[in-house]
Amino acid sequence: MNPVRKRRLFIVLAILAGVGAAVALALSALQQNINLFYTPSQIAAGEAPEGARIRAGGLVEKGSLQRDATSLAATFRVTDGVATVTVRYQGILPDLFREGQGIVALGRVDAGGMLQADEVLAKHDENYMPPEVSQALEKSGMLKHYENGKPGGAQ
Amino acid sequence: MIPELGHLGMILALCLALVQGTLPLIGAWRGDRLWMGLAVPAAWGQFAFLSFAFVCLTQAFLVDDFSVAYVAGNSNSALPWYYKLSAVWGAHEGSLLLWALILSGWTFAVSVFSRQLPEEMLARVLGVMGLISVGFLLFLIVTSNPFARLLPQTPVDGRDLNPLLQDFGLIVHPPMLYMGYVGFSVAFAFAIAALLGGRLDAAWARWSRPWTLVAWAFLGIGIVLGSWWAYYELGWGGWWFWDPVENASFMPWLLGTALLHSLAVTEKRGVFKSWTVLLAIAAFSLSLLGTFLVRSGVLTSVHAFANDPERGVFILIFLLVVVGSSLTLFAIRAPVVRSQVGFALRSRETLLLVNNLLLVVATSTILLGTLYPLLLDALSGAKLSVGPPYFNALFLPLMGLLMLTLAVGVLVRWKDTPLRWLSGMLAPVLLASVALALLAAFVLGDFAWAVLATAFLAAWVVLAGARDLLDKTRHKGLLKGLHALSPSYWGMQLSHLGIAVCALGIVLSSQESAERDLRMAPGDAVELGGYRFVFEGTRHHEGPNFVADRASVRVFDGDDEVAVLHPEKRLYTVQRMPMTEAGIDAGFTRDFYVALGEPLENGAWAVRLHIKPFVRWIWLGGLMMAFGAALAACDRRYRVKVRARVREALGLAGQGA
Repeated sequence: MNPVRKRRLFIVLAILAGVGAAVALALSALQQNINLFYTPSQIAAGEAPEGARIRAGGLVEKGSLQRDATSLAATFRVTDGVATVTVRYQGILPDLFREGQGIVALGRVDAGGMLQADEVLAKHDENYMPPEVSQALEKSGMLKHYENGKPGGAQ
Repeated sequence: MIPELGHLGMILALCLALVQGTLPLIGAWRGDRLWMGLAVPAAWGQFAFLSFAFVCLTQAFLVDDFSVAYVAGNSNSALPWYYKLSAVWGAHEGSLLLWALILSGWTFAVSVFSRQLPEEMLARVLGVMGLISVGFLLFLIVTSNPFARLLPQTPVDGRDLNPLLQDFGLIVHPPMLYMGYVGFSVAFAFAIAALLGGRLDAAWARWSRPWTLVAWAFLGIGIVLGSWWAYYELGWGGWWFWDPVENASFMPWLLGTALLHSLAVTEKRGVFKSWTVLLAIAAFSLSLLGTFLVRSGVLTSVHAFANDPERGVFILIFLLVVVGSSLTLFAIRAPVVRSQVGFALRSRETLLLVNNLLLVVATSTILLGTLYPLLLDALSGAKLSVGPPYFNALFLPLMGLLMLTLAVGVLVRWKDTPLRWLSGMLAPVLLASVALALLAAFVLGDFAWAVLATAFLAAWVVLAGARDLLDKTRHKGLLKGLHALSPSYWGMQLSHLGIAVCALGIVLSSQESAERDLRMAPGDAVELGGYRFVFEGTRHHEGPNFVADRASVRVFDGDDEVAVLHPEKRLYTVQRMPMTEAGIDAGFTRDFYVALGEPLENGAWAVRLHIKPFVRWIWLGGLMMAFGAALAACDRRYRVKVRARVREALGLAGQGA
């Protein structure tokens, strides 16, 4: 092999190795940081891995929000019409958090099947339902009960 | 009547764009001067008609013409006049009209300021921009007409502008961002025109450079404004969330940064030509991708107005046509272009290549994290999100490497550099940076690797810049020498200083911040970060289109009162939408940030308290980068030597700069 070709081969191999390493690193970082979405039914059925950070969403059940009298701890139940999951959260709930509203919570499921949330999201639009939530309702067959009326039709 | 005239103006602009996008290109191909000459008047006419259409829409907003569906959906008679003005681009249709207007504005600017370009080049550049304009105007007219009427059921009053958008930051954020997005179309058009003409040379890079600089500066200002807005308006105290919408604007900016540096090499040394063209295509494609992501409704956020799949499909097809055709052209033409000159390992070329690699890799990782959930959703229906830790874990080390190479890149010379000279330059910089970093870590008290590393990198970048200044002025003496340096050099220094300032702001504000969410009743006091926050309860307050609970929070340092903050919880009456208005005391070295959560019983509130050290530096650094680019674009050599360069480009003069 002549020196020019040898050098080119070396360069190409170096680039391939670099790109390979970068892609491997990126994918492994991605694997560790994706938050899968689970519906309340799935969590109730024990499908959500215990201890991993997940996203869960549904409608906040009416009359389920309880505030601690001395701290900012709150518990509420999230439903997809079939099953419910209890969410525990310490902190300030978003402006549009309301009972009956569609929300998404991020956190870990504990041994008791309760979601210990570290983040609760409610979007900045009255008529908006997070796509995950409308999909969860669709799966549970309850979407039609929520359409057009409050809270929010999922167009 | 006036909205119909506006509609007509849009259609006429489309006709002119069709002329501008076809005839001059054919003319340039066949060498027909008459047809090439059509480009400039067509561009001017298009700009005039689109300005007219825009004024018509603005007028509809200002006089509360609720028979126009877009006005009825996004304005209200109680809205203050300046928000009526900004509501013009507050939602999908109007922001697209603004987009088209800015595109025609850039085209107009190119036709005015690049008069000395060779005729064919100008015709091709304007032609390509005309084609882009055709795409956007078709989109506007076919799928999202802002002038559509609600007749005969005209509503009595409008549904009001989304309260989140009723804010100063949002008056200026979209136009700035669009100036940047659309500005990259100029760099794109220059690249395509150069490919079409088969002439990728230093002259092309020099024409393209000031436009790219200005576009990049605007995009940077737009991103800074967006981040600042998120900080004070969302009430979370965060300034960047790695939200797909943010990434959509950040990716073209990063690639634009790579493009700027690559253009510099192409201009000065005549290498990296194909790479530069590819970057120009990629930067504009990412701008379009950003538009697709933000406007199509695949993402849901404040920005996603259009949940109409037809619109998403249109932008996606447009994106595919643009990317596909430009890459095909590149594949056909690029092999013809070959660089004649080489460079050694220790040269500025190599360092800028590393800069480009790092920026492209960073952009790719962000692209992966942004698109992965969407792709997976489309393919398998699985819903997931990629969290900020992914982006931080990949992006921050890359930026650290970038800053590390930056200092070397500033000092190293073109083509080849003696190792001994380079190490002689860098050794004192290295020592001083280490010393400064240790000093900073000592002054700040709590030890953190991130702070130490960033302090070192910031000092490394700044001191290398200073070292280069000393070196550049060693012959003439400092004062005289400084005076002789060109604006583009000062622009580079300012931008690099901006990176250091921004990096310090990011690390210090996230590492050293003190935050607490707690329940506070009137009279309650709490210690945080050495300050005492006293909550004095809320009072009722009324604004023009909202009612609010307004709290008073006093901040004490020992016994001295240092700030009184008034966070609000507003309820916008038309949309019945609650909003958090944070109370912020802004300072050069720290911000106090107080936001109200929800009311609890007995006048108590959930309260969010933050002390954010050096958070302003993030935006200050961002602005410094942008102004540095603007300064560089003012360099005389982009204007004065135009004639000489044209001759050079035409091969009339043998020697050029």
